[in-house]
Amino acid sequence: MSISYDMYQEQILDHYKHPRNKGLLAGATKNARDSNPLCGDEVVLHVKVDGSDRIAEVKFEGQGCAISQASASMLTTMVKGMPLSDAEGLGRDAVLKQLGIPLSAVRLKCALLSLHVLKLALGQKADVAT
Amino acid sequence: MAKPAKVMLNVPAIKADFPILQRTIRDKRLVYLDSAATSQKPKQVIDATSDFYSRYNANVHRAIYELGEESTREYEGAREKIAAFIQAKSPTEIAFTKSTTESLNLVAYGYGLKGKIQKGDEIVGTVMEHHSNHVPWHFVKDHKGAVLKYVDVKDDGTLRMEQYDDLLTDRTKIVTVSLCSNVLGTINPVKEIAKRAHEVGAICVVDAAQAAPHMPIDVQDLDADFLAFSGHKMLGPTGIGVLYGKQELFEATEPLLGGGEMIREVHLGSAKWNDVPYKFEGGTPNIAGAIGLGVAVDYLTKIGMEAVRGHEMEITEYALEKLARLKGVQTYGPKDVKKRAGVVSFTIDGAHPHDIASILDVEGICVRSGHHCAQPLMERFNLPATARASFYIYNDMDDADALVAGIKKVQEVFA
Repeated sequence: MSISYDMYQEQILDHYKHPRNKGLLAGATKNARDSNPLCGDEVVLHVKVDGSDRIAEVKFEGQGCAISQASASMLTTMVKGMPLSDAEGLGRDAVLKQLGIPLSAVRLKCALLSLHVLKLALGQKADVAT
Repeated sequence: MAKPAKVMLNVPAIKADFPILQRTIRDKRLVYLDSAATSQKPKQVIDATSDFYSRYNANVHRAIYELGEESTREYEGAREKIAAFIQAKSPTEIAFTKSTTESLNLVAYGYGLKGKIQKGDEIVGTVMEHHSNHVPWHFVKDHKGAVLKYVDVKDDGTLRMEQYDDLLTDRTKIVTVSLCSNVLGTINPVKEIAKRAHEVGAICVVDAAQAAPHMPIDVQDLDADFLAFSGHKMLGPTGIGVLYGKQELFEATEPLLGGGEMIREVHLGSAKWNDVPYKFEGGTPNIAGAIGLGVAVDYLTKIGMEAVRGHEMEITEYALEKLARLKGVQTYGPKDVKKRAGVVSFTIDGAHPHDIASILDVEGICVRSGHHCAQPLMERFNLPATARASFYIYNDMDDADALVAGIKKVQEVFA
């Protein structure tokens, strides 16, 4: 895919300007934070897992570029209500498909930061961003 | 009304010397505005490095045969050109390293960590330094118990010189400062800084990575004790850097690398160092890089560093004026081009610097985004990141106009 304004499609800008599930989460059972040292993008995820091992609530905080923040917003809408086992199985392809935009290698790191943080929160070995 | 555009250099002729500037980026003209990260290279420099490998590749200071004579002559010739370029007293005050980073590490290690610095001695830096002029001094703090102090930056991007006076004590041993900021473009009053450092018996270490490519430097007039810069930001190859040091301070500095070339004699368990500057050049040096840098210095000298500086002041003033008229765009650093170089950091309301750089990239415009290896400075200005455009001899007003047009595109996307 060519690098073009496609990276800034309407839905990306919408999630960037109007992030879903942004903020603190009282009673979160799992939390994680990471940043992208190259860019300074930062994502914090708060996850509340219910009695039936399902992600009942998820919120994110952070700052950074449109790609990293829209990706975090979209990820929260993806995993909210998801069984924990499904969330653990979530791979980069699913996240990139959801984003649906052409990304250069450098911007991939922005796009996958939130998935990386989710894996950290779930206590998984996290190496999705490279 | 904008001032009439007046570019002092013959930019079309200069551009013709840079093969890379003939290419396009996705069918758009390449507008290269990231020379503060690395400059492009003229064909003269590219040819000189290729010529070394094609015609007279041989190790320096070792080979008896003709090729080695030639390589040594060219390598040492480059050292002489660089000495003249910064008005050093002698080529022996010029050591080749791989980068500004290595040069600064050499001073921190060889003069600080293994040399003069005792527990409680003070090193004064500034908040605006590049990480490469912060972290080596952290090593000296961590290993020798040195105390690090920092001169703050005012909102206008200049150093708080009155605070500098307060920081100097009889325990100050080293003052280290950039001649030109890689984020704000600020040109620091290094001559004054060095003078006051000397008054308390400290030495002054100068990071000239952003200055050497863009303005005349006279190390004797500055009275700098050490001064570091890189070849790749001044039309030269990557992997070649310079450390200038006053003869007596070079003598008092321990080498960073042990190995061949840097020794006079070696016995089991002991060695005697070679003379300066060779004791700092352990291992086979970057011969092609040094020769290429020598040719880059020739290229800049032919244009004249006063002319380079004047040209960049014109473009910078033009760009700053244009950017000032854009709503929602902030620039950082001194407004007066006499106090700054052609490094222009900026932010746009509602658009993260990485998105700015991505969108400008679509337009064929190369700018840097991020913290520019100056996190303490970014924290000082409470900025997570900025975008940064930087100008050089091959840029003109069209490039500044392209930047302004690109910024308007960014604003459309994030409107």
